[in-house]
Order: sequence, then C-alpha cells, then structure tokens
Amino acid sequence: MGLLSSVFKKNVSEEPQKPVAPAKAADVVKKVETTNKEVKPVVDKISVGYTHLSGCTGCTVALADNYGGLLTLLDRYVDLKYIPTLADVRHIQQVDVSFVEGSVCINDKLAVEEIKETREKSAVVVALGGCACYGNITRFCRGGQQNQPAQEAFLPIGDLIKVDVYIPGCAPTPQMIRNVAVMAYLLLKGTKEQKELATKFLTPLMNMAAKGTSACFCELMTEVINQGLCMGCGSCAAACPVRAITMEFGKPNGERDLCIKCGACYAQCPRGFFNTDVVTEYEAINEAIMAALQ
Amino acid sequence: MGAELGKYKACVSARSTDKEILKGAQDGGIVTSLFAYALEEGIIDGAIVAGSYDDGDDNEMCGTPVPHHWRPKPVVATTKAELLAARGTKYNISPNVSLIKEATRSYGLDKIGIVGTPCQMQAVRKGQLYPFGWRDVGDKIALAVGIFCMENFPYQSILQLVEDHAAMKMESVKKMEIGKGKFWVYGKRGQVVQLPLKVTHKYEQPGCHVCMDYVANLADISTGSVGSPDGWSTIFVRSKIGDAVWAKAMAAGVFETQPIEKVKPGLELVSKLANEKITKNRNTLEARKTFGVGKALRNPYI
Repeated sequence: MGLLSSVFKKNVSEEPQKPVAPAKAADVVKKVETTNKEVKPVVDKISVGYTHLSGCTGCTVALADNYGGLLTLLDRYVDLKYIPTLADVRHIQQVDVSFVEGSVCINDKLAVEEIKETREKSAVVVALGGCACYGNITRFCRGGQQNQPAQEAFLPIGDLIKVDVYIPGCAPTPQMIRNVAVMAYLLLKGTKEQKELATKFLTPLMNMAAKGTSACFCELMTEVINQGLCMGCGSCAAACPVRAITMEFGKPNGERDLCIKCGACYAQCPRGFFNTDVVTEYEAINEAIMAALQ
Repeated sequence: MGAELGKYKACVSARSTDKEILKGAQDGGIVTSLFAYALEEGIIDGAIVAGSYDDGDDNEMCGTPVPHHWRPKPVVATTKAELLAARGTKYNISPNVSLIKEATRSYGLDKIGIVGTPCQMQAVRKGQLYPFGWRDVGDKIALAVGIFCMENFPYQSILQLVEDHAAMKMESVKKMEIGKGKFWVYGKRGQVVQLPLKVTHKYEQPGCHVCMDYVANLADISTGSVGSPDGWSTIFVRSKIGDAVWAKAMAAGVFETQPIEKVKPGLELVSKLANEKITKNRNTLEARKTFGVGKALRNPYI
C-alpha cells in the first residue's frame, strides 16, 4: 500500500503540474491557433509512456483492442506521451506511469539504456505482459536468429530495474490493461475513497512485482497445490493462452513443455491471490469502470 | 444473522414447477429450471454445467476404467435436454470455470450461464475484475448461479466412500446427498446407505479448508437445500442481474415459492452452518500461520 502512495507523493506533486501553468500565460495566444487539437484541458490527465523492448507488439495490440474505450481513455484520462507503433513520438519522456512491453536483450545496448531511462523518468513502472514480467517466450531464446544472431540473452525488466506493477499474461487482455489504466488514474487524480479503492485494487499486482521475475505452470504446483490451496475451479486452464493446462480429476495438469512462462495461470488463480474486500465489490467496480468509459 | 450469508436482495424457499425437472433434481430443481428458462428467453446462449464423462472419453485411473456417471465433466449445455442430463449433485470436483473462455470461443457464446460452488463464483468475479488470461470473457457472463457448499471431494474420495465404505457399486448409485448430519447413498434398487460425516471428513478436498464462503456470496443467485423442507431449495437473490432474472422467471411461473420465514428449518440453520464453516476454516487459516517452525503456509487472502 505504501509503495505507490510514497512514489506518487514524491513525483506526482512535482511533475504533472507542468502542463497546467503555461496554458494561462502568454502561451495561450500561440495555443489558440491549434485549439481544435484538444478541447478539454490536459490538466486532469495522467501522463503515460510506453516503452517497447523485446516483445511481439501483441501487448500494444491488446491495448489498442480496447477500441472506443481506448479513445475515451486518451480523451479524458491519459495523456499518452510516447508509444512506438501507435504514435510518432517514441523517445522516452518524463511520465507518471510507464508501461513496458517485452523483455530486455542485455546484448543490445540501446535496450538496456532504454529500460534504465524508463525507470529514471517514470514515477511508476508497469511491466505489461509475460515478457516484461517473467521473460515469457524470450526465455527460450538461444540466439542465432537473423538479423542479430548474437542477441541471445533476454531478461525480464525486473532483473534490471525495480518494477512497481505487474500485468502478466500473453497477451495481457484489453480489459486488464483498461482496468489498470482506470485505477492508475483514480489513484493519482481521484477522491480519497477512489484512491483507497485503487490502492487496494493494485496491491496484488504490486505484490507480484515484488515477488520476482520467474513464473510458469510451476507456481500452480509450488504455491497452490503443494500449499494445499487448490480447489479445482479451473481458472488456470481457462487463462492459459497455449492450452498447456487441462483439468484431470479436478486438478490442473500442466504440459510443461508447452508452457511459455507467461504467468497468466497463477495470476488468474483465486488461490494465488484473492483480495476479498475488492472482489466482493465487483458489481460496483465493474459499473464504475464502464461508466468512466462511456 | 449477518455477514456470513453475504449480501442479498431477497431470500425465499422455492421449487421448480416443471415436473420433468423435479424428477431427477437434487432438491428444488432450481439451477436446471433457471438455466432452461434463461435459454428459452435468450438471457443466456448456453450454460456451463457439471455433465458426466461418457464412453468416448479417456477414462482410466491407474490403468483401470472409471465408472462414468458420477465423474463430472464440465460441459456447455445449449439445450434443455443437455441441462436435464446434468441434473443432480455429484459431490466431486467439476472444474466448470475451466470452460469459461472456451465457451466464448469454440462454442461462440455471447451470454454465458455458469453454475458453481462458492469458490468457483469467487474465481468468476476475480476473472471479471482481474482478467489476466480471460480476454473478452468478463462481460459475457450473463448469469452465475452459485450453490451452497460446505466442502467438496476429489472423485477418488467419492469412489472410496461409495464402494469401500457404503459397499455399493458406483454404477448402481441413483443419488447422493449430504443432509441431517449424514452422507447418504441411494441405490437404484432402492437400497439406502448412510455414513456419518465423521467418516467422510478425511476424504474432503484440502483446498476447501481455507474457504470462507458457504452460500456463494458472489453469485447472481445462490441456492442450496439447507434451510428449506425436503424437495425445496433456499434461494438468495444477490446481484442486479440476479434480481432481474429472478423477477422474470417468477413472472413466467417457473418457480413456486414460500417465504423463508415460514419454512422449517429456515434461515437460522443456513446461518448456523455458514458460521460453522467460516469459524472452522478461519481456524485453519490461523493454524497455517504457525504451521512450521517459524515458517508459515501461504495465505491467499491478502
């Protein structure tokens, strides 16, 4: 709980105020000429960046797959400062929240610089997707691929920088990205109650980030079944993007050769984490998120 | 009576008005009737229910064939006939949630019904708020029906209880039931065997012992036999969706009801059992904190 709020107290109060000030002064005159660009003031938005490392762009596509919801997000809540593929601005800037897609190829100087710069310039770093969180499919790289055969060593970003929030999965779902974006906004700009809710919502994702950079079907064995917690609901099997998990006699059976190490199964498991006070309010929270995007 | 029953808008005792459904129902035929009505009205396109393994399935355990009917297999039912085939409680694990994404994919459902235990309802709601791997699933869950649950059993436990303790063949079992402090096995020839729950306890699924929910607090509508007379079920209508569907079904005459205050044993028994479960399992959670020497077992509730 302290993690995000302490981070925000430090950085947010200093940074996001910047866009507000110039709007009133002489710059207004200049702005008027290009008014159509932004009807609403940028004041209330949070600034967000998107760093793209060794990932397949699937996470970017998942973000875009919010369709109209993405436009509403951009319109009201999020000032997307830079993002490869979707925008022309690619260079890392000072932002409130950075989403990072992909793992870091440590043989690639630029990638290493970029992840460090992302950390320096972001109040909050969100590892988006299996590669950024846990290495995912890039864990299986042995090098030799064209056109950079010597690029063979890939690490989840958490092995190089401190990460605040994890969104595992391959690809993470549009709805999960949406929910985190809305919650991040509430945390920064919401009322006291909204901030509390957002903190509670994000806490499990922060705990996952604090826990480490390794995940696969094994977590279901070591953290759930071995711990005597599995009750055979089947959430994991439904979450697995490669159908590596089947339910045999009411318990998950993992085809471990198929597992790509995305972390979706353990994250989805209600015995992985279950924050009763948040999930019990599912109806109100779902309604609030949908209303925010109307 | 308080938090142990969860939030609810209404509570009644009810049973289906459909004689065909009641014939093979566990109690009041609530789940089958509700889904059959929802299918007919287009409230759902299909429902994930606990069907059975059949001859075509890979069905072996340690090299020996496993009797079919009482081994549940989650199935997507899109007709009333499929719902009827899945009637009755099987008392072992049917991982219904495992089909929740598949139901929207190869089955192409836009409006899913799902029935499940309280933990499965928790899984469904967590999946709506935190859809890590359930893309485009959350908003397609149109009706989640929860069933009361004290604990569940692995299939192998039921096999052992029925064949070793009750000395009955799985194939000859007509119905199983837990009630009045006993585990009942009814045979097709009319024979009845009862086992004290003291015998069944060691066969329970360990994962159930950290569960803090007896009456499916997170379902749209939850139901179970406890609290109502034989042949009737107790109903909690919980969410807005549940409220709307229940009102429509009542208006259509799908159920007959009695006020819960008027029936025996009534809500007090539900409350008592819920508190028993919660207290027992809270103690388990507490014991897990000091399970080892300076080492705790993991607590999923953060």
